[in-house]
Amino acid sequence: MKRKAYYARKIKRAAHILFYRRHRRPGVKGWELRRRLGSDYPKVLKILDNHLETLDLQIKTVFEEEKPAGEPTLEQLDKARFYVTIRGGITPKETKMMGWRIDDIAGLATAISYIISKKGKAPREEVEDLLRNKLPGWRVDINMDRYIRSGYLAEDENKQLYLDWRTRAEIDQKALVDLLLGTES
Amino acid sequence: MSSKRQRKKLGGEHLQRVIDLCKSVEERGLDPFTVDVDDIITVVRKYFPEWELPRELCLDAEAIHHLASVIKLQSEWVKHRSTSFYTDPFLLEEKIRKLSKEKLARLFLEAWHPIIELEQISPHSLAEALKYWQSLLPISERWLKTGYLEMETGATTREELIKLKIVAEKAFSEELEVFWKELKQKVDGEGKIQYWDFVGADTYPETIRRAYMTSFLVTYGYATLEVHQLEEEIFIKPFEKPKSMLGKKQMISIPVSISFEEWMRWKEAQG
Repeated sequence: MKRKAYYARKIKRAAHILFYRRHRRPGVKGWELRRRLGSDYPKVLKILDNHLETLDLQIKTVFEEEKPAGEPTLEQLDKARFYVTIRGGITPKETKMMGWRIDDIAGLATAISYIISKKGKAPREEVEDLLRNKLPGWRVDINMDRYIRSGYLAEDENKQLYLDWRTRAEIDQKALVDLLLGTES
Repeated sequence: MSSKRQRKKLGGEHLQRVIDLCKSVEERGLDPFTVDVDDIITVVRKYFPEWELPRELCLDAEAIHHLASVIKLQSEWVKHRSTSFYTDPFLLEEKIRKLSKEKLARLFLEAWHPIIELEQISPHSLAEALKYWQSLLPISERWLKTGYLEMETGATTREELIKLKIVAEKAFSEELEVFWKELKQKVDGEGKIQYWDFVGADTYPETIRRAYMTSFLVTYGYATLEVHQLEEEIFIKPFEKPKSMLGKKQMISIPVSISFEEWMRWKEAQG
């Protein structure tokens, strides 16, 4: 009973930390969670994740480098960033409520999948050319800046585009490419 | 001796070309396998015994450094090809081009799991808001009605409008043309005049006005400035016909100080 109450308290605290944004970027680093919840925070997060499943939400772990093949070490978890995201897919109607037009989403899908296919780096000019195929010319630049501002894409001084933190947190990149390749055009 | 110098020169050029090639691969995301690493290593090794000066050795080190970056890119490329993420870019590009916007968006939504977060006001922001609210004047004081004077409507004359500076005496373009003609008359045999000799006037406000008009003469292609950096002299050269500079050449701005002190110095020099 005592143990149950202990975890119930920790789960509540974990939910508060994860849901409320406290930094410029959403998400919490593993070491922050360890400091607030104790060294057994991975277990607390696992229980919270089970609770969130009923609400179609999940705790997403984004590792600093590539996702480890086996069980992540405590050090890897400490450096990782944790987010609460939607577990399943969302409907086009819901995206409208989030302020995204169908054009914006198609543009984002195009940019991200093209950059993935180019090993995570592509010249902005090439991506813009591809977007012009889908969007009116005057919207291309605006949309591209929006994707960069929101953290989906990053641009360096040589006008090369990369996938940024939000893409890594929100998009199942492998699923996206598989869906695109598997669909009948 | 001279052949050694020549070999060094040739080697330096070779290394510079290697650096440029590697840089272009790194910066422009070109295929890293276009660089033949073995070939470059042979070149670097061939010239290495020639280098003696720190500058030459630095160039050699820079070439090796950029070559190492290209090898790293090649290794990443092989690694990527062997992962499940590898997709033929041409195939994917074709798919993207052929799919409709709606279908692309629908597919994306299946792989998109947006972050859920709540934004809340922090105690610090709350304290700031309270401070602002307390220092805010009551609305009755902020929206004080502005008093106004009622006057009867009536007719005005052009002279009155000129006096009030609502209407200019001459149209600006007309004034500019007159000013251009004056410049053409004042230039010497070389077709130019010292800047201060042209803009300088009896009063400081008139000098400012002439400098202002001169800037438009230059911008609109009625004249050009000739700057002699070493002598610190500026000349104005009028054109016979106005030239449109826009779009033909990159325009540059030349700041010219027309301070009161400068004007006084010019006046004194005039005697």
